[in-house]
Amino acid sequence: MGTVSVHGLCKSFGEVQALDGVTLDVPDGAFFVVLGPSGAGKTTTLRAIAGLEKLDAGSVHLDERDATGDTPAARDLAMVFQSYALYPRHTAYENIASPLRARRCSSSEVAAAVEQVSSLLHIERLLQRRPAQLSGGEMQRVALARALVRRPRAFLMDEPLTNLDLKLRVEMRTELTRIHRSLGGTFVYVTNDQVEALSMADQVAVLKEGKVQQVGTPTEVYERPANQWVAGFVGSPRISLLACHVEGDRLVGAEGWTLPRPRWTTVEDGRPLLLGVRAEDLSVEQRGNASLSGELYGLEPLGDRTVVDVRVGTKILKVKARPTVTGTPGERLLVTVDLDRAHLFDADTGLALSEAGR
Amino acid sequence: MAVSVDDAVSAGPVRDHTPPARRFGGRGRAVLEVALLTVLAVVMLFPVLWMVETSIKENRDVYAIPAKFFDFKVTVDHFKDVFVSSSGGRSGLSVSFLNSVVVAGVSTVLATVLGVPAAWAYSRFALKAKKDQLFFILSTRFMPPVVVVIPIFLMYRQVGLIDTQLGLILIYTAFNVPFTIWMMKGFVDEVPAEYEDAAMLDGYTRLQAFWKFTLPLLVPGIAATAVFALIFSWNEFVFAIFLTSSDDVRTAPPAIAGLIGGTTVDWGLVAASSVVFAVPVLVFAYLVRRHLVAGVTLGAVRR
Ligand SMILES: Nc1ncnc2c1ncn2[C@@H]1O[C@H](COP(=O)(O)OP(=O)(O)O)[C@@H](O)[C@H]1O
Ligand SMILES: [Mg+2]
Repeated sequence: MGTVSVHGLCKSFGEVQALDGVTLDVPDGAFFVVLGPSGAGKTTTLRAIAGLEKLDAGSVHLDERDATGDTPAARDLAMVFQSYALYPRHTAYENIASPLRARRCSSSEVAAAVEQVSSLLHIERLLQRRPAQLSGGEMQRVALARALVRRPRAFLMDEPLTNLDLKLRVEMRTELTRIHRSLGGTFVYVTNDQVEALSMADQVAVLKEGKVQQVGTPTEVYERPANQWVAGFVGSPRISLLACHVEGDRLVGAEGWTLPRPRWTTVEDGRPLLLGVRAEDLSVEQRGNASLSGELYGLEPLGDRTVVDVRVGTKILKVKARPTVTGTPGERLLVTVDLDRAHLFDADTGLALSEAGR
Repeated sequence: MAVSVDDAVSAGPVRDHTPPARRFGGRGRAVLEVALLTVLAVVMLFPVLWMVETSIKENRDVYAIPAKFFDFKVTVDHFKDVFVSSSGGRSGLSVSFLNSVVVAGVSTVLATVLGVPAAWAYSRFALKAKKDQLFFILSTRFMPPVVVVIPIFLMYRQVGLIDTQLGLILIYTAFNVPFTIWMMKGFVDEVPAEYEDAAMLDGYTRLQAFWKFTLPLLVPGIAATAVFALIFSWNEFVFAIFLTSSDDVRTAPPAIAGLIGGTTVDWGLVAASSVVFAVPVLVFAYLVRRHLVAGVTLGAVRR
């Protein structure tokens, strides 16, 4: 067992409201990712679960039992800190052994467990070194090993990959997923990297300014963003957003363009809206009748594809195209919009319109 | 002058944005610097030199006019007199040195044992009016001892602490605890709180986390702080002379001062006991010299 649920967490630091009613339910055995930009309150959420932060309001339940007032030690959790927080005077071995020593395991148990976890993370040859003698990637593995050496209720990980270089980060992503699968256990994993969230998570909670914006599977969050902000934060290149409103069976843009009204929406005429279209749902090839006219603004070749920036009125649209696409800036072109996959948001609240019709 | 706690509390590195001065030519400036430093060194060190010389001169040479700088007879008689009385037993001075060791040592240990956990608490926990509390603690050091010695004398007389070692130990501890808290808070601030957080998740209690993971990292800071406290208690004169009177309680500073006066002054003995008095401070300062620099420049240096 290892469920974690928090309800209505509130925490302010002076003027800053770090958590503003955060509610999350992490099922047993899930790889649960909390995604949000820097300053969203991700670390504070984890620290609240761990019992390191005194809350203004809210409760923490572990395995369905109220653990709000419990000490960190009593909660039976393991945490990887954003800064790793390896004990500087201790060797890697002693760092990894620390959770077992604190729980008075015999030294043969300790040796066996440390050996096992260090072979899992390929750090056998680092065990006698101190943190100062380790590289960032090695420290990160030791910090992971310190968490994984025990079988706690849940593992809390605070951006463990953020400080690594790109290559190592991609490698570790796969490795962490593999570890999660082979060990089982509940992971609450915090990151500001939407690629990490989409590629690793069973479930994602998107956090902004201490408020949960959306909880769902990676597909749900990507395909059906709950609001304009989530749509903008998740996905790369960024979703393009255009101000518009409905007039009869047409969608009229503030920049003067018109498109057919998406079949799935029943929104009333005149309500200010935002049309959101992802780069892969736009095309510079002629593919239908729903198209916008604009001018080529720039090309961003990325190897396997090219992102074409197209200016429509004052807005830049990001369009995904084949790597062979060419053009000169200023050139007129038509952008085809896949309206079945587009999103409409209320311009005032930012909330997604009901997509029940799809 | 207004003292702002905010300025005092902030541990941010002090950056000096003024460009390097180019007022003097590099060479002329260096000469001037060396000359000034030499003058200062002579003014500061001459009395020390004279003290050391006097302590090893025979009495005849001590009183010689004109004074003899080099061609005097060397003797250790004065040092013998510091420790052995003329009748053969322990001298009064040696008793007062022992008293100084006890009083300074115990009060330093007490101040450290009380001050270090307090500094940790002030560094780690959110407290109501923390800055005001810290300012209050510091403010107890604003008044020079001579200002408070009369009220303390009266209070001590009421509770029977006059002329006791315990009385001196308590007052020195009271003076050293605020200093210890302030200095140690700087050192504790430098140790990331996350080590303790990690230790608590490992399964340790908060106090165990402090004891096992933070305290070992504070040892250099504690050593430097304790030496400062030790030097304060060792050198303290005003409380000692007001609050103690009998020879078997008195510490070294008033005892040495008591040698001067009367009809004749045995300058050789005064000098020798002063040397003996100065040596422990020098030794301690030497042992922790690296940490002393770290302590003095506290907050201005970042790893
Ligand atoms: N100990 C603290 N003191 C003051 N403000 C804090 C503290 N911890 C976090 N905050 C503030 O709370 C907000 C959320 O912080 P945090 O949870 O660390 O965000 P994240 O981990 O998502 O980057 C930020 O605005 C941060 O400045
Ligand atoms: Mg963080």
